[in-house]
Amino acid sequence: MSPNLTLALVAGILVACGVYLLTERSLTRILVGVVILSNGVNILFLVASGPAGRPPFVGSSDTADSADPLPQAMVLTAIVITLAVTAYVLAMAYRSFQLHGHDEVSDDVEDARIRELAGRDEASESFEPITFADTGEDVVSE
Amino acid sequence: MILSTSLTNLLPLPILVPLLGAGVTLLLGHMPRAQRAVSTLCLLAVPLITSVLLYLADTRGVQHLWVGGWRPPLGIALVADRLSALMLLVASLVTLSVHVFATGQDAEERKVETPVSIFHPTFLLLSAGVSNAFLAGDLFNLFVGFEMLLFSSYVLLTLGGTADRIRAGATYVVVNLLSSSLFLVALAAVYAATGTINMAQLSLRLPDLGDNVQGALQFALLAVFAIKAAVFPLSAWLPDSYPTAPAPVTAVFAGLLTKVGVYAILRTQTVLFDHRPLGTLLLVAALATMLVGIAGAVAQVEIKRILSFTLVSHIGFMVFGIGLATPDGLSGAIFYTAHHITIQTALFLVVGLVERVGGTTSIDRLGGLAAASPVLGALFFVPAMNLAGIPPMSGFVGKLGLLDAGVRAGTPLAWLLVAGSVVTSLLTLYAVAKIWSRSFWADPVEGAPPPPTKVRLPRLQTATAMTMVALTLLIAVLAGPLYAYTDRAAETLRSGEYARTVLAEVAS
Repeated sequence: MSPNLTLALVAGILVACGVYLLTERSLTRILVGVVILSNGVNILFLVASGPAGRPPFVGSSDTADSADPLPQAMVLTAIVITLAVTAYVLAMAYRSFQLHGHDEVSDDVEDARIRELAGRDEASESFEPITFADTGEDVVSE
Repeated sequence: MILSTSLTNLLPLPILVPLLGAGVTLLLGHMPRAQRAVSTLCLLAVPLITSVLLYLADTRGVQHLWVGGWRPPLGIALVADRLSALMLLVASLVTLSVHVFATGQDAEERKVETPVSIFHPTFLLLSAGVSNAFLAGDLFNLFVGFEMLLFSSYVLLTLGGTADRIRAGATYVVVNLLSSSLFLVALAAVYAATGTINMAQLSLRLPDLGDNVQGALQFALLAVFAIKAAVFPLSAWLPDSYPTAPAPVTAVFAGLLTKVGVYAILRTQTVLFDHRPLGTLLLVAALATMLVGIAGAVAQVEIKRILSFTLVSHIGFMVFGIGLATPDGLSGAIFYTAHHITIQTALFLVVGLVERVGGTTSIDRLGGLAAASPVLGALFFVPAMNLAGIPPMSGFVGKLGLLDAGVRAGTPLAWLLVAGSVVTSLLTLYAVAKIWSRSFWADPVEGAPPPPTKVRLPRLQTATAMTMVALTLLIAVLAGPLYAYTDRAAETLRSGEYARTVLAEVAS
């Protein structure tokens, strides 16, 4: 079996575009990225199922030149899952829009706080040079 | 013989019972009491069924069932060997106790903003997904199991749709979407290369492939599961997303979800790629996971975030065992996984109580909790010391087993890992001791609200947390038999019994 080069290339381009869009901050662009990415992945399954053939119905053609039904079943499952993902991300983007007026994913507050402390080279408020005589871990922390 | 055939029909039940329950509870959306009753019944049934499966898998070897009555190898295979059965049992006990905890929370806090009608169906789906992932006999079914549990986790993580949770949810969803897509790519490649996705058949066909193809497939699957298990450098999403969810949700996520990833790494690297272990790569990743994770924990001031970072760091211990690829190492990894599921869940449940009593989980603003509520103090102290690996608790036994396996392997890298494990344990002790001394022992810092004087702990939630802590102690008491069991489980993984049993009907 020789794989279909055109399909493989199309899948590659779609996956690349999808991943690029996933790196965006706006949830709507991420959503478009998810849709493109999953279509690319689904095409990969068609590549895996070998050359196109007759439909895989029992008795409609010789088994030797009918298409492989298993990847089709898997793609079907994958499509259903993509549908659910799309609905979920859409809902999340809408909720984000309701809350903030935009759908951009912001940084974590706690992360930003610790990064700021590190930038100023300060210890956190909770840091206190207590000696733990019974456990001795300040030997390790020094 | 008839009895044993009929008993394998139990295999789909850990998936079907919660699924059915999810449907029923969704219908009962306007009747919270009936919902609670149905989910409790379902989640009570699962541990009973899985105990039978555990017994069967241990005494009669690998249990399998070709679902749907297709001629093998066409149908979907469900397989329970010793490893799956143990993971299933621990997971079902943990989900049950978290469910009881969540029910207690419903009863205590009538005015919470979370839509309760969605919680129970989603939680049951999560449980079904976890069971499906543990029982899956083929890679695609494993993918479906992962998607089931991930979808439930998306919903649970963003319960109520507050600004914080939507932000945390976005990171979590995008990262997991990417890993799921990569999983599908790997599946397509596996199918194209071998013509099957059944793990038993793959274990026979993969060794015949060219070395480069095998390597590509192995790395792709490892990357997928390393994202789900939060192995460094693919772990940055975890501490950002877990802490914002409601307490019971964080507890079940921290306990179970990453461990399903660890299970999948364990399964694929032993059953599928036993002939070409990735020792060095896994060991280096394990060391980095341990050290980077625990360094993060030391820097944090929020209890939930500290615990999330220790979660990442302790994933390193399990990967250490898998990377050694010796029977001792695998056995240690399995034991450590079982221990860590219970301990993380117990800790996060207790933190849920802390949040309820103190109103916050930031150690900058907590203080004097041990004086306010000695019970809560004890409930935190015991699992915290267990996590750090103080003898004679289960954390100590688990770490000792892994260190022993590392020493026996004897390579310089294994020794480095042994040293790394010890440092990580000490730093874990430092991190939890910091929580203990600041929040429980010391007076609150100036300017913070005074510690609550009269504390009434919610009864059902406290009882659940106590049960979880007792379970972690029970693991220590039963460490001997349990370790013997995980030894046998590791042996099954590498003996090829899996493929022989599952494909018995195919050959004939």
